[in-house]
Amino acid sequence: MRSNWFCPQNPPPFRLAWSVVVCLTIGLNTCGCQKIESNRVCLVSSLPRTGVSRQVSDEVVRGIRLAIDEVKEKAGRFTLEYRDLDNSAAASGRWTSEGEAANARMAVQDPNVMAYIGTLNSGAARVSMPILNYADLLMVSPANTAVGLTKPGLGLPGEPNVYRPSGKLNYIRVVPADDLQGPLAADWAFERGVRRVFVIDDAGVYGRGVASLFADRCREQGMAVLEHVSIDPQAAEFKSFVGSVMSADPDLIYFGGSARTKGGQLARDLVSAESEAILLVSDGCRTKAFLEAAGAASLEGRCFATSAGLSPEQADCNEKLLFLRYRQKYGTCPSNAAIHGYEAARLVIRAIADVGVKDRRAIVESAFASQVDDGVLGQWGIDANGDTTLQEVSVSVVRGGEFVHEEVMSTAGIGKKNGSR
Amino acid sequence: MDVASFLQQCGIGITSGGFLGLIAVGYTLVYGTVGLIHFAHGDVVMLGGCLSLAILSFLVPVPVDPLTGCLVVVLAAACSGLFCGCLNICIDQFVYRPLRNAPPLSPLVSTIGVSFVLMNVGLIWIGPTDRAFPEIFLETTRSVGGFSIAMADLLVLVIVVPAVLCLYVLLRQTRFGRSLRSIAAITRVTARSGEAGKLVIATFFLSGFLGGVASVAAGVHATTINYQMGHQMGLYALTAAVLGGIGSVPGAIVGGLIVGLIRAISVAFLGPRWAIASVFLVLIIFLAFRPQGIFGKSKTRGGQR
Repeated sequence: MRSNWFCPQNPPPFRLAWSVVVCLTIGLNTCGCQKIESNRVCLVSSLPRTGVSRQVSDEVVRGIRLAIDEVKEKAGRFTLEYRDLDNSAAASGRWTSEGEAANARMAVQDPNVMAYIGTLNSGAARVSMPILNYADLLMVSPANTAVGLTKPGLGLPGEPNVYRPSGKLNYIRVVPADDLQGPLAADWAFERGVRRVFVIDDAGVYGRGVASLFADRCREQGMAVLEHVSIDPQAAEFKSFVGSVMSADPDLIYFGGSARTKGGQLARDLVSAESEAILLVSDGCRTKAFLEAAGAASLEGRCFATSAGLSPEQADCNEKLLFLRYRQKYGTCPSNAAIHGYEAARLVIRAIADVGVKDRRAIVESAFASQVDDGVLGQWGIDANGDTTLQEVSVSVVRGGEFVHEEVMSTAGIGKKNGSR
Repeated sequence: MDVASFLQQCGIGITSGGFLGLIAVGYTLVYGTVGLIHFAHGDVVMLGGCLSLAILSFLVPVPVDPLTGCLVVVLAAACSGLFCGCLNICIDQFVYRPLRNAPPLSPLVSTIGVSFVLMNVGLIWIGPTDRAFPEIFLETTRSVGGFSIAMADLLVLVIVVPAVLCLYVLLRQTRFGRSLRSIAAITRVTARSGEAGKLVIATFFLSGFLGGVASVAAGVHATTINYQMGHQMGLYALTAAVLGGIGSVPGAIVGGLIVGLIRAISVAFLGPRWAIASVFLVLIIFLAFRPQGIFGKSKTRGGQR
């Protein structure tokens, strides 16, 4: 008889090794939050923890941890456990569908998980939203801005119902969607006297979405959209492409995308080609990684970035409790990403504390009914689609090697200048 | 597009095609010697880029005059070449050599594995974000005969053209070159030891050296590097090697120039998203009519090339 792993004729060391493997497998599967614990709830986040987006994810996680520390790891009668999950792969340097789906399934299968904070990328949210929706698990995104995730009639055909197979809503986002950022960016450009725009995107869900909304609004405003082109985010450089941008002679070049999708390289090539046009980028580029890749010095005063919500620079670091605590713990003022991570975690903690029982549906309903009066960036609530009621977009400019707040735009018109709120 | 813009695109294409050709020579030399597609070659080039970034950041913290700039870049290219050459030898000796007599799929999978390992080394070395190459020259462009030429592109030619000339002399005028050109006679078994073994080591060194030199040109051209650059650059270079006729050194150089030109012109005419598709479409059509590539020799049934 041919021997195998299960054969009783195996020598003792072999059987011992096999037993250890079995025990370890069972042990690993049952440790952590898998066992139902009456006084403990788990809160998980799913963000890209490697690659270019890691910097932003780190800031979101810091915000989440700060919110948990503030309540001394307690949400009502429950002790909070936080798990920081990674949805990226080192080789690709970005989120992967497999990673995001695995995180969502893990959260759904664990009866102690009551909320899922994520994702950073709208494309990743498309993967996990249906999985979490079936399980009635509250999902709160600190960063997704693609309109189709929540708003009927604005995204792709079938959106957002394809993400809600149960027919119920479970997804909330604490940042305004691109239908605010794109059009308000166009309004800002029009106010500055821009009449000819060249629109570029990274061909991704987020980048293409925000750039299309920007271009549509530009046309409504009577501006000439010279071209709307998608780039290859894997390309090493864009020298050939920049030539055609320059020959179109735009007043403003808009890029919808992020540092991960070569926003920095594109900006660098535009500067190298001695482009005189204003460069306006979406909030995915409002990062250190973008400035490092583009060369901050060459963008001084000529590169602007929009970001959903109010800018953290508008608040005085010494006046806000969050800013004090954050600076005490991490040595810097919180970024937009950190603030949105913090707000997402606070929303979740309050919903769990208010409900007081481990009932996923009740926690979702409690979160949807939330009205935040003491929010870091003002008063806000959640509308019927799961979107924040915040209606502001900040515009920043590169100065002194970093993005500095310039202006606030809102649906009510152009906001007040220079940091006033 | 006017004539001036078209010529400008051709200039960009020839510049990028030049260093792609050097990388393609690496693929073609290794394939010609041991019959292996060295998929990790692009990532060896990427690590050469990481080293040259470190050297140039140290030596040229602020822009300098053209002569000093050229000397520093040539020094960085030499160091990067030596580093990549030695790295290539190590990869061959520790990973590929034990698999010389293994079934063909084993070394193929190993090359892919080495590629991922090197990519992760790059990730640890320079981090996940794009890293900017230092500005070498005080002036960024120079006008020649009505055309505006980027100094960075001139610098790429300063690196690539002498490298190609040296390669030509090495292959045509030395014993090593003659041995290499008659390498088809060497079987994989004999390549494990003796004269053939030394030749294989020298081939891997030369392949890596050219890759290291090309990495500096690539960094100067793109002005940034990142840990994933080896993947796409390697893909283009492998395409160039196949287009030129894998195993043929002049073919690799010409293939590189053609790939660079197709890429630049398709980006300008069709948009940046269609660059890869355009390059591969040309490759597919060309290979349908001439499967052995431009300079490749057609294979006779059961015989040698």
